[in-house]
Amino acid sequence: MLDRIRRPWSDRRAELVLGAAACLLAIGIVTMIVFVVRGAWPTFSHDGFSWLGSHGSVDSRIGAMQNTSANPAASAYQIGIWPLIYGTLLSAGLAVALALAVALAASIFIVDFAPPAVRRTMTPVIRLLAAVPSVLYGLIGVLLLVPFTNHLVTQQQKASVAYVIQLSGGGVAVVVLLLAVMITPIMTALITDALESVPRPWREGAIALGLNPLRATLAVSVRAIRPAIVGAVGLATARAIGEAIVVSMASGGASFSPNPTDGVVFWFEPFETAASTIVRNADGLSAPVLHSTLYAIAALLLFSSFMLSLAAYLVKLPLRRYQVSN
Amino acid sequence: MAQSESAQAPQLLPPRRSRGRRSSLFSWRARDQAVFALAWITGIGLCLVVAAIVLLFATKGFDYLRPDLLFSRPSAAVNQAQSGGFLDPIEGTVMLGILGLAIAAPLGVITAVWVVEYGRPRWLSRIVESAVEVIAGTPDVVLAIFGLALFELGIFAPLSFSSPGGAFGRSFLTSGIIVSAVAIPSVYTATRNGLIATPRQLREASYALGKTRIATIRRVVLPAVRRDIATGATLGLGRIIGDTAIVILLLGATLRTQTESGTPLLGLLRGTGSTLTSYIYNNSPSGEGNAPNKAYAAAAFLLLLILLLNWGVGRIGRIGGPPIHEERRLGA
Amino acid sequence: MTDRASAARNWVAPEAPAWQNEPLPIEKLDLEAQLMAIAPERTNARPRRATAAATAVERLRLEDVSVFYGNTPAVKNVSLSIRQGEVLALIGPSGCGKTTLLRTLNRLTELTPNASHSGRVLLDDEDTHDIVDTELRRRVSMVFQQPNPFPMSIFDNVGFALREQSRKRPRRRELEPLVDHALQRAGLHDEVRADLNRSALRLSGGQQQRLCIARAIAQEPEILLMDEPCSALDPRSTAVIEDLILQLREDLAIVIVTHNLQQAHRIADRVAFMYLGDLVEVGETEQVFSDPREEQTREYIAGVFG
Repeated sequence: MLDRIRRPWSDRRAELVLGAAACLLAIGIVTMIVFVVRGAWPTFSHDGFSWLGSHGSVDSRIGAMQNTSANPAASAYQIGIWPLIYGTLLSAGLAVALALAVALAASIFIVDFAPPAVRRTMTPVIRLLAAVPSVLYGLIGVLLLVPFTNHLVTQQQKASVAYVIQLSGGGVAVVVLLLAVMITPIMTALITDALESVPRPWREGAIALGLNPLRATLAVSVRAIRPAIVGAVGLATARAIGEAIVVSMASGGASFSPNPTDGVVFWFEPFETAASTIVRNADGLSAPVLHSTLYAIAALLLFSSFMLSLAAYLVKLPLRRYQVSN
Repeated sequence: MAQSESAQAPQLLPPRRSRGRRSSLFSWRARDQAVFALAWITGIGLCLVVAAIVLLFATKGFDYLRPDLLFSRPSAAVNQAQSGGFLDPIEGTVMLGILGLAIAAPLGVITAVWVVEYGRPRWLSRIVESAVEVIAGTPDVVLAIFGLALFELGIFAPLSFSSPGGAFGRSFLTSGIIVSAVAIPSVYTATRNGLIATPRQLREASYALGKTRIATIRRVVLPAVRRDIATGATLGLGRIIGDTAIVILLLGATLRTQTESGTPLLGLLRGTGSTLTSYIYNNSPSGEGNAPNKAYAAAAFLLLLILLLNWGVGRIGRIGGPPIHEERRLGA
Repeated sequence: MTDRASAARNWVAPEAPAWQNEPLPIEKLDLEAQLMAIAPERTNARPRRATAAATAVERLRLEDVSVFYGNTPAVKNVSLSIRQGEVLALIGPSGCGKTTLLRTLNRLTELTPNASHSGRVLLDDEDTHDIVDTELRRRVSMVFQQPNPFPMSIFDNVGFALREQSRKRPRRRELEPLVDHALQRAGLHDEVRADLNRSALRLSGGQQQRLCIARAIAQEPEILLMDEPCSALDPRSTAVIEDLILQLREDLAIVIVTHNLQQAHRIADRVAFMYLGDLVEVGETEQVFSDPREEQTREYIAGVFG
């Protein structure tokens, strides 16, 4: 077809149109920031940074907020959400640490040791695990693991902390486990891809120098993919921090700060995270004080996900020195 | 002086073949052996975990899953555990999936095409790429809350329905728009990787025939990455139908699909309802209902959908056709 | 015969090669002791310096070696002897099995799942299959066709094997003299001494290949295998590396696979011609090139096929 009936779009016009469409995303993000901060403004203006501290029970404050009238006093905005921040950091941190160890080991297994048949089945397995919706993990948590842990915790252990908090199953251990299972497949997939993209001559060179295959992988391949590992950790942490459903279903429902010095009981103490608080109290959004408080929490989450991306980028920078530029 | 050491006449019977003694595992250092064992354990363990999850939902779910559940509507009966099905949530999931993908797929593809094929000025291209990364990293609750704030504005009333102080803000349309954000990164990344992977010769050949860049993209490059786009879209669809937080916040809490006034289709989209995910959440002890068997049944069905989508992704990868450099009539 | 080739032919180990006179930062340099301190499990006790090429000691012997990929033979019934102090070149057209034969010598063929072999390879009269493969590869080092330096600094590249194989991870101070020595032997020290922490990937192709050679000889191997080391390099780098090979052959037995007949003529003491998996002829370079016994050899050298 050498003749064209319609005049084709000029490149300039196409570039502008496509570019405008692509910028929609950037515009959307800016809009999001604006709206979230706007909704959070009352809380920020009334509380300032003390909002991040700890001022007693979050639950009772939120409960009080649900009943505020249209013109609330400044004191109604008072809340200290440190327990939520602590809960988020605790659950996400432990989950990512666990998932990283498992993902590294599993990736090395897939790339180096798995027999071909096993390797072929593992790819769809990992992909399936990554695709399971979070509400299903939450369901496993609330219907299986929570009663199980409730059964596990002895009466004596419950009594030992009864003056502060009621243990009713669920808590740190269950949430960390579920979160870890949720984020492991993503990390495994990323690290496996990175390992497989390491040029073969490097590993072969290491073996030819007399290293056994595992040492060769650890000393050369894993070292070479450090930026990818950092990226995977960043991604997984963002996912773990933002996960609201699993936490709200399996964390025990009280915004408490689990105390590591409590020993074994620590693993069964309930907590809340920032994200789960939003979900739990979503139906109370009509109350203005609660409204702005929840938006403030959302703004905090947004800010932390930005910081996470930035941190991952910064950590990767010095690692670039030894890479082939790509 | 070396004598000529030439080979004998090639005779290959019976060579005493050995594969050589492999490096004995026990000669490795203890630390290496431990890591080796750990690698095997986690590898197999992961497979077992998946098997356990699938089996759990298969058995418990299909205990309760009956065909009529699929095709009957939820009913507000006193005995929640025995009554009603989840046809409405299924409808909701389907609608949300279609809506979300209809927005995410074109947007993701266009963005990827612009970044890879054009991408000028450079700073703008980097901003756009960062924007996609930011979207990928934003928790879905934050997206949901943003959606709420946005669509409660009066000007967006057509998307849901009016209420005092602006709009109600919760409807299939609003949640569809927001939920597309969780699929955009998948489509974008898959398309971008596909575009980068197509060989330069493909485009150069088209330019050599006198085609403009945009025509090249439309006729040559995009068809070459069809498979990647499909993969990305399917992955994105999986994430859409699995999302719960956005649905909970942005779709209202009605069990059954409520249509708004207006034309049939638009009314449906402007109304509220539920999806499988919110249905599961609400029927679990965390939600208001306590009908775990219905939750299991719906969960089994949802898992089945996800499995199908995943299998679809695998199939798309396999039936991609011959490699690019072997086929393709270029031009015209 | 060119001057260069005759110079190579008549080369005799000088008493004190020029680079040895250069003062090294450490006063007392006892490399044997250093190496023993770091990797005491090295067991080889043979003398490493041959006084002249004439008293070449046989280090590696192949006895009727055949290598199969699945059921296809890649190397058929090869018997060969490799001696210290001389360079053996494996020549032949593509696909004749020379690379496979080379890789069998350090058991690198085991990385290919369906490879199997028959016959014996003896290193100092010890069957290589009775030696643990990691130990074997420390004594028989390999340099590949494409330079493959690791994505690390120059220092880390050369010290890589030394670091990984010692029981206790040696400190940088302990490694420095060994790394320097290896870089000097590889003829790279002058060019990189300014900054050993630079990324190895920033070096030029010829420098990278010399770095790989330095890395390979850092562990003081007994045999050095080279798989077409210059085929990816420009002529100047090739010349540098050929000089290097001539210097190194004093201490090592070197087996080099090459496509380039002129290169084989320049640097090899003995030449083995392979064709389609068979070892057709082996002998002194002069004899094989000017008066080959086999017709096939004559034809190959004359360029009838390639």
